Amino acid sequence: MERIQKEITVDSKIENVETLTAFVEESLAPYSPSIKAQTQINVAIDELFSNVVNYSGSSKMTLLIDVDKDVLTASLTFIDEGVAYDPLAKADPDVTLSAEERKIGGLGIFLVKKTMDGIEYRREGDKNILKVVKKLV
Amino acid sequence: MQIEKKVENSVMTIALEGRLDTMTAPQLEGEILGKTDGIVELNFDFAKLSYISSAGLRVLLTAQKIMNKQGKMTICNVCAEIKEIFEVTGFSDILTIV
Repeated sequence: MERIQKEITVDSKIENVETLTAFVEESLAPYSPSIKAQTQINVAIDELFSNVVNYSGSSKMTLLIDVDKDVLTASLTFIDEGVAYDPLAKADPDVTLSAEERKIGGLGIFLVKKTMDGIEYRREGDKNILKVVKKLV
Repeated sequence: MQIEKKVENSVMTIALEGRLDTMTAPQLEGEILGKTDGIVELNFDFAKLSYISSAGLRVLLTAQKIMNKQGKMTICNVCAEIKEIFEVTGFSDILTIV
């Protein structure tokens, strides 16, 4: 099985969402991901990194990317040292409500769950480890 | 992201270019909140918008709630990737996509 692995660590500052997106796009470019898959991955980076920045209290975040060339699938692992937080424990928002009834929030992780092919969370020592898996084609 | 805003009488048109994400959503919110007095029609043009995250959806929801009270809001030229995000989140039932 052929795979590539890369990682990047950035300060927990919202503008670094661009650094992370550029890093991932560059890492995936050799595998020509579909525009749709790349867009969904970019949205996932935005959602998961902004959660770390806004709520975790962690000063840094590490992103590991692991591409399995045989099945053209990417795994992105987000690691922070903030407060324990399992985003998968939260109930999904009710997406059938009207504009007036809709609450602002809770949509980010829901979007990630819906657009990625797999998502898992674990707490390891003082680390939150959230991994998403996405087929590139 | 680039925001091109035009107000003609009571019609406001906002064309977006780039990414409406966690970093740029506050910029758009700033162009709308407190600036819609007398506006009865708010039209967004997404022709050059490549993606939207939940931070962007939140601003659209806020704008929709404002316009529900004083007129109408539409979004045109939505690309397939953004349309799918609207569908998954139920926003396609809340927003008027033309």
